[in-house]
Amino acid sequence: MIYEQILDYLYTIGAILVMLMIFLSMIRALAGPTAPDRVVAINIITTYTLIIITLIARIYEQVYFLDIAMVYALMGFIATIGVAKYLEKGVLD
Amino acid sequence: MYIASIISFIVGLFFLAVATIGLLRLPDVYNRLHATTKCDTLGAGLVLLSLALQSELAVAIRLALLIVFIVITNPTAAHVIARAAYITGINPVIGRSEPDG
Repeated sequence: MIYEQILDYLYTIGAILVMLMIFLSMIRALAGPTAPDRVVAINIITTYTLIIITLIARIYEQVYFLDIAMVYALMGFIATIGVAKYLEKGVLD
Repeated sequence: MYIASIISFIVGLFFLAVATIGLLRLPDVYNRLHATTKCDTLGAGLVLLSLALQSELAVAIRLALLIVFIVITNPTAAHVIARAAYITGINPVIGRSEPDG
């Protein structure tokens, strides 16, 4: 089937493109003027990493990578909430 | 089905690229949140939909759970970041301004 072959190449190229987007977002995470800028950049890098994990699960045909992606999304969300709460109140309790 | 998957994947990559450009080029925290949250949610949803269209049922259910999780948590995180930035005392840019890189 020709479409499956096209999709295999497309997913590999797409994973490389998302990796380049992670490097571009890391510029904002390093050089952001304020702290919420860095939090925004870390949040978007978490979503990109989740997409890369699911694409790798499709390329190598390993189903259990999707569970790892779910746990990674949960950890990124909790990290964002924690940093925002620390910025807002000054303490973590 | 394969053609729908290809189209959905390419459109999702386009939205992810728009989110990255908005994160790099816009002048303010609130503008960057505005750009990244919506484009990132839509792009990730389309890429995961493209993967779910051609897999069997057990994998498609997990991908649908991931899509629901992203759609719930990403706007919540953006709201919390924006509230923290506003309480910290960062003023929004009003009117025309020089982009600071």
